[in-house]
Amino acid sequence: MTVQPETATAEESRRAVQPLPIRVWGGLRHFGRRSPLSAFWGCVALLIVAMAVAAPVIAPYPPLKSDFRSMQKAPYEEHLFGTDQIGRDTLSRVIHGSRTSLIVAFAAVLLGTTLGSFWGLACGFLGGRFDIVSQRIIEFLQSFPDLILAMAIAMALGSGTGTVIIAIAITRIPFGGRVIRSVVLSLKEMSFVEAARSLGASNMRIMLFHILPQCVAPYLILATTHLGVAIIIEASLGFLGVGIPPPAPTWGNMLADALNAGIVPPWWLVLFPGVAITITVLAFNLFGDGIRDVLDPRLRGAV
Amino acid sequence: MTAAAEAAAQPPVLEVEGLKKHFPVKKGLLSRQSGKVYAVDGVSFHIGPGETLGLVGESGCGKSTVGRTVLRLIDPTEGAIRLSGRDVTHLGKTDMRAVRREMQIIFQDPYSSLNPRMSAGDIVGELLRVHDLGNAAEREERVAELFERVGLSRAQMKSFPHEFSGGQRQRIGIARALALNPKLIVGDEPVSALDVSIQAQVINLLMDLQQEFRLSYLFVAHDLAVVEHISHRIAVMYLGRIVEYTDKRTLFTDPQHPYTEALLSAVPVPDPRLRRKKMVLQGDVPSPINPPSGCHFHTRCPYAEARCRIESPALREIAPGHTVACHLR
Repeated sequence: MTVQPETATAEESRRAVQPLPIRVWGGLRHFGRRSPLSAFWGCVALLIVAMAVAAPVIAPYPPLKSDFRSMQKAPYEEHLFGTDQIGRDTLSRVIHGSRTSLIVAFAAVLLGTTLGSFWGLACGFLGGRFDIVSQRIIEFLQSFPDLILAMAIAMALGSGTGTVIIAIAITRIPFGGRVIRSVVLSLKEMSFVEAARSLGASNMRIMLFHILPQCVAPYLILATTHLGVAIIIEASLGFLGVGIPPPAPTWGNMLADALNAGIVPPWWLVLFPGVAITITVLAFNLFGDGIRDVLDPRLRGAV
Repeated sequence: MTAAAEAAAQPPVLEVEGLKKHFPVKKGLLSRQSGKVYAVDGVSFHIGPGETLGLVGESGCGKSTVGRTVLRLIDPTEGAIRLSGRDVTHLGKTDMRAVRREMQIIFQDPYSSLNPRMSAGDIVGELLRVHDLGNAAEREERVAELFERVGLSRAQMKSFPHEFSGGQRQRIGIARALALNPKLIVGDEPVSALDVSIQAQVINLLMDLQQEFRLSYLFVAHDLAVVEHISHRIAVMYLGRIVEYTDKRTLFTDPQHPYTEALLSAVPVPDPRLRRKKMVLQGDVPSPINPPSGCHFHTRCPYAEARCRIESPALREIAPGHTVACHLR
C-alpha cells in the first residue's frame, strides 16, 4: 500500500499567510459574534478607559476647584451632577475618579496577578517541598477576606497611591498562584512535554516554549476578571479612609465625603460615584467572562 | 536469511539487562514510603539494527514504563541499558543530551503529543533547534524533507496541530522522531489511538522508514494483529516481567506460556463459522503493588500447580531463540 499524502486545502494555506492586523480583526469579529453581550461590555470598559485618559479634557471643571457660589447644589445646568458641600463639581470629580480607580486597579492586578502567576508557574514546575511550602503561604493569604487583608496592609504601610496598589496586589497573588499552578500541573503531564524532554530540551526551554505560552490565556482571563474586584477594593479602602488621602478625587473618597454632608446625604453625592463604580465593575467582569468563554472552551456554559 | 536471523548476527542497537523500575507509594503528611509499585521487575531483551521488537501485554503490565525507561525519561531503579554497546543507564544530563539524538519516541495520543501553540514545522524542527544544528534555512529545508518523507506537504509546515487529522498528526510525530536519523525509535502504542484504516497507513509508513534508514523499533502495543504485522520478535509481559520471548512466527504458531495462549485466543478471527477452543482468563490483573508469590500468573493460570504458588519461574530457553518463564514447559 502506498502512502497517500493528504494535501493542505486552499483554505488552510490562506489562513496561514494572513497578516497580523487582519487576523486580529478577524479574532475581534469572532469574539463579537460569539458573545455579543461581553463585546458590548468590552466597549463600555474601553469607553471608561478613554474617559480616564482624557479626563482633564472632558471634565468641565478642575476636580479640586471649589465654586463658592454653589455649595451642595442639586444637579442643574451649570453643574450637571450637582456639587458637594464645598462646591466641587461632582461630574468632574467622577470623571477624574476613574483615573485613580483604573490606575490603581490596572497596576495592582498587573503586579499581583503577574507575581502570583510566576509563583504558580514555579510551584507547578518545580513541585516538591517548594510547592508544599508555597501553597501553605498562599492558603494563609487566602484565609483572610480580601478587604480585611488589603486594609491591614494599607494601614501598616501608610497611606498613598503606592501603598494602595501594593495592598491590593498582595490580595491578588493567591489567585494567580493557584490558577496558573493547576494549569502547569496538567500541562506537565501532556506528552508533548515528555516529547520535548526526549529531544533533549532543557527545563528552561520546556518552561519557556512549551508551558509558558499555554498559560497566557488563563492569565488574561484571570487579570480581566480581577480588575473589577480590584476597583471595588480600591473604592472600599477610600470609603473607609485608608485609601488614597482625601483631596484626591476617588470614587471611594467621594462616597466617604458624602457621609459627612449630613445625616441623610444628598442623593447626587451618593448616586453618581456609586453608579460609576457599579458600571465599571460590571463592565470589566462581564468582559472578563466573555474573554474566558472565547479563550477557554472547557468552561463554556459553566457559571 | 530472515531479517530476525540477520539482526541477531550483528551487535545489538539496544541491550537491556535486568531492568527494574519500582515507583514508591507515598502516604500521609510526611510522605512516608508505604510501599512500592513493581512496574518493571527484571526485564532483559535486545534489539538488532533494522529489527522490531514488539512488547505486548495487558494495560498496567509495565510495557510503557519499559519504553520510557529505555529512553531515560524515567530513571531505572536497577539494571543496565546499553545503546550500541555504550552504557547509558547512569549518564548525566549533558551526556544524555547527545545520546537523545539517537533514540526517539512516538507517542500514543496524537492530540496531546503535539504542542497546540506551535506550528507543525516548528514541532518537527525543535530537535534541530535544541541541538543548535544548521542555520534557519538549512533547518527549514530538513523539516520540509521530513514532511515530504512522511507523506505531508511542504505547505502544511505553517499549519497548527488542530488543523490536522489524527493520522496526519501521528505523521508529524513520526517526522519529529526522525529529524536526526536516530538508530532506535520507541513506539508507545503509536497506532492504538487511530482508526483501523489509518493504522494500516501509519504502520506501513513505519515499516518503509525502517527499510530505508535501518531503524530499530521497540514497539509497545496491546493489539496483537498490529504487533504481528510489524514485529520480528515479540516479548510478552505480565506484571512487570517478560513471560515469553521469541520470534514472531514461533509465538503465533507455538505459544508456550499459558498467558500467551490466552492472549492469542482472544484475537478475533474474521471467520464467523470458525469455532475455536477459547481460553478466557478469569479475574483481573493483580496489583503490581502487591504481586502474587511465586509465578505472578498463578492466580489466573488454568494449569497452576502447588509449585507455581511458591517458586518464581526463571526465563528458560526451551528451543533456540525461544525463552519462556513457566515451570510446566
